Order: sequence, then structure tokens, then C-alpha cells
Amino acid sequence: MVRASTIAWVKRMELGVLAWGDGGWGDELARGAMVTIAIASAAYVVGSVLGILFAAMKLSGSSTLRSLATAYTTAMRGMPEMLVIYIVFFGGGSLGTWIATNVLGVRGHVDLPSFAVGVVCIALSVAAYACEVIRGAVLAVPHGQIEAAQAVGMTSLQRNRLVVAPQAFRLALPGMTNVWQFTVKDTALVSIIGVTEVMRSASIASNATKQPFTFYLAALAIFIVIAYLSQRLFTRLQQSADRGVRWGA
Amino acid sequence: MQALVATDIRKAFGPLEVLRGISLKADKGDVIAIIGGSGSGKSTFLRCLNLLERPDAGSLWLNGLALDFGDGDRARTIAPATKAQLRRRLGMVFQSFNLWTHMTALDNVIAGPIHVLGQDRKAAREAGMELLGKVGLADKAAAHPAQLSGGQQQRVAIARALAMRPEALLFDEPTSALDPELVGEVLQVIKALAAEGRTMILVTHEMAFARDVATHVMYFLDGRVEEEGAPDRIFTDPRSERCRSFLRKFL
Ligand SMILES: Nc1ncnc2c1ncn2[C@@H]1O[C@H](COP(=O)(O)OP(=O)(O)OP(=O)(O)O)[C@@H](O)[C@H]1O
Ligand SMILES: [Mg+2]
Repeated sequence: MVRASTIAWVKRMELGVLAWGDGGWGDELARGAMVTIAIASAAYVVGSVLGILFAAMKLSGSSTLRSLATAYTTAMRGMPEMLVIYIVFFGGGSLGTWIATNVLGVRGHVDLPSFAVGVVCIALSVAAYACEVIRGAVLAVPHGQIEAAQAVGMTSLQRNRLVVAPQAFRLALPGMTNVWQFTVKDTALVSIIGVTEVMRSASIASNATKQPFTFYLAALAIFIVIAYLSQRLFTRLQQSADRGVRWGA
Repeated sequence: MQALVATDIRKAFGPLEVLRGISLKADKGDVIAIIGGSGSGKSTFLRCLNLLERPDAGSLWLNGLALDFGDGDRARTIAPATKAQLRRRLGMVFQSFNLWTHMTALDNVIAGPIHVLGQDRKAAREAGMELLGKVGLADKAAAHPAQLSGGQQQRVAIARALAMRPEALLFDEPTSALDPELVGEVLQVIKALAAEGRTMILVTHEMAFARDVATHVMYFLDGRVEEEGAPDRIFTDPRSERCRSFLRKFL
């Protein structure tokens, strides 16, 4: 019974639409998956670098730098990301158009490259979250170890490079794993400015074939596979960072 | 020959005056034991000697390197280069070891020589192995601190301090964090260093040990030196009543 109905259900889904090449949408979905991974990776790297910068500002002795970084992270974490994307994309486009007409004297409309805008917008939000994770990790490095570095006469740069950074890296990994997982999910948002990542590929395909369930299920499978593989990668990283430092590692 | 001189060191944390003018003179090869009750300022004084705390007033002299902290003039800053120079010429051993947990024992020992003294890696490794052998841990060179006992960690920390070829060593209760059965192995290493004629300042609660290795004893009370002198006299016939009752607790 169960078998028969399952087969009927699968038949109704007509999995042929997932075929590769001109006959199906499999290759489009795969390309969407690549775009998703590319956006997420680029945004994660850029966002992490910015996050380190903001964390350094928050931990610095200058109250101006501290307030700037705090203002940024507070605003960024309180804002819907969709709003950030619209503001950068349309605001940037209007600004570009204005500069083109009023400064360069060229007529016409400027469109920003949506892939780059998508990466930048997601990176801006990654930076806000990464900043908190990294700041917490730096503060969790035992103070005595920093004093020991001072006591042998290391400069603050050496101290940060040799003692703080390697340990903060290990301590930040669990939080940064989380940040990666939501970076991947956030890529779905850039479909609104026309980037053809997984969600947009699935939506185009389902509109064309009138089989939304099939394609959104496929999108779900893609996200689960990405989540699974990246979880394994981060677990590996954590294990190698923990080697020798923690008991049993 | 004088090696380390501290003159009238003062330090307050907010309204709390922790050091009220402490002076110390160590000749080369002296082992000065600092004893005293909890909160009397022993750690703070030691930390002032290598500027982990910035003294409010007083001066320091280490084999020709002179630092003047002014007279309550906190605004006067010490150049980072001067600070670093003083620190690399003084070795410090902490109560809680403070080994760098992400590095092996050997890497802990050679990080300073390589990055601060600019020694080449090969020479530093050789010297580092020799020092680990000296503290009885040649076979633990590749171990991380988490894999070592407290006594072993403290001996690595001593090797780390020695690797900088310091002109004087500062110890802040080096055995207080250890299980009783591990205290002996660390004291033995310190005693061997004293026998080599190293200049050492040692904050300790191990009175028998202080009496055994020290050339001079200072008793701290409320941020002042209440009494000081030769160990035999301090431990048998202290003049100060406070010192006498303090020592009685250890008998
Ligand atoms: N960073 C600090 N900020 C404020 N107060 C401090 C600080 N460091 C030390 N103190 C205070 O200074 C006083 C002296 O402390 P210190 O650690 O020098 O004492 P100690 O003689 O080493 O005591 P113990 O035997 O317990 O180690 C204490 O009252 C302590 O609370
Ligand atoms: Mg103390």
C-alpha cells in the first residue's frame, strides 16, 4: 500500500524535470547552488575580516573607535537584512546615476552589479555578528598568558600574533561556525535583487514547470547538503585547533 | 656588586594604598625572600619590578638601566621600548604558571628567544632542550601544558624564564598552586638556581625553604617593609611583634 502510493506520488512529481541539460532544470539548480556557495564564502571571508577590524576597534583604548564600532554593530543587528540590501542596491544605483549625470555628464541609469552588492550586503551583516564572536573570544584568552607574554618582553603586536590570535581563533570557532550557517541561509535574500542563487533558480524552474514542490524540495536538499558538509569541515577545523590544548583532543 | 635596586616604590589602586614606599637592594647572586600576610602587597611589588603594574612613584635600577617613576606623577609614561628592555632582562615566574596553552613545552621556552631576542630557531631549540633537561623535562618537550602536571608546568615556566638569560628572576609564590606532593620538585629546581648564584626575588609562604635558600628576608606588612634582615635572625629572633606572630603561624 505504502509502496504503491509512494510510487504514485513520485510519478506525479515527474522527476525528469530535474534532468541535466536542455531537457531539465538540474544544471540550473546546480549553478544556483554554486552561486549560493560563492556568495556565502565571499561574504563570510569579507565579513570576518571586517569583524576582526570592528572587534579590534571595540577592544581598543580609543573611546571614539569603541563607540563607532558599537554604533555599527547595534544598528546592523537591529536592521532587517532585506532593508540593507534595498538601501545599498537602490541607494547605490541612484547615487551612481547622480554621479554619472552630474559629475561625469553621462546620460542614463547606473545599475550596480547585483552579485557584488549581494556579497557586500551579507558581509556587512556577517561583520556585525562576527565582531561579537571575535571580541568574546579575545576576551576569553586567559589574562595570565598575556602577562606572561609581556613578562618576556614581547611587543603588543607579537603578543597579539603569537599568543592572543591563535587562542582566540580556537575559542571563536564554535561561534564562527554558527555565523557561517546563517550566512548560507542569508544568501536567499539576494534573490530579491536578481542574483540567481538556489532560491531564485528554484523559483524560475517552478514557474516554468508549474511544479513548485519538486523544486523547493530540491532547494531544501541543496541547503541540507551544504549545511552537512560545512558542519563536517568546521568540526575538522575545531578538532585540529583543539589538538593538545584540551584533554582527549 | 648591585644588580637590582628599587627605591621608595609606591602604588595605589584608587584610594587603596597598596605600596607605601618599598625599597630593595639585590646584589648579584642574592636570593631575597619576601614574606608577609595576604594583601600586604607582595605580588604588587613584584609586578612593579617588571612594570606589569605601573608604580606611582619611586625608581628602579637594573644593571645600569635606570627608570624614574616621578613623584606621584602618573602622567609620565614609560617608553614601550624601555619597558620591553627591562622585562626581557628580568625573568618572571607566576603562581599560576601562565604557560601558553596552544604551544608545546619547547615552543613556550623558545618563543621569547626567537621573537624577542632574535635568536635563530635552531640555536634556540638547542638551548631550549638543554633548559628543559635542566628542569628534568627533556622528555616532555613536545607535550602541551594540558598534558603536564602542575609541577611540570611550573618547571617549564621556569625554563621559559631562564631562556631569556635574565639578569634576575622574580618568583611570585611559585608553589602555592601546587598539590603538596608536587611542591618539592619545583623547590628543588629553584634551589639549584640559587646555588648557581642567580639573583632572585622570591615571594613565598614556604618558610623553611626561604630560610634555607635566602640570603636576605623582607617581611611585608600593609605595603611597608616591617622588618628585614638575614634569614637566621628573622626566623629565630624577629624584632617586630607583628613579624613574630606572623611567623608563629608557620611553626
Ligand atoms: N589590580 C588591582 N586593583 C585593585 N586592587 C588591587 C589590584 N591588585 C591588587 N589589589 C589589592 O592590593 C592589595 C595587595 O595585593 P597583593 O596581591 O599585592 O597582595 P599579596 O601580598 O600578594 O597577597 P597574597 O599573599 O594573598 O598573594 C590587596 O588588597 C588587593 O586586593
Ligand atoms: Mg600575592
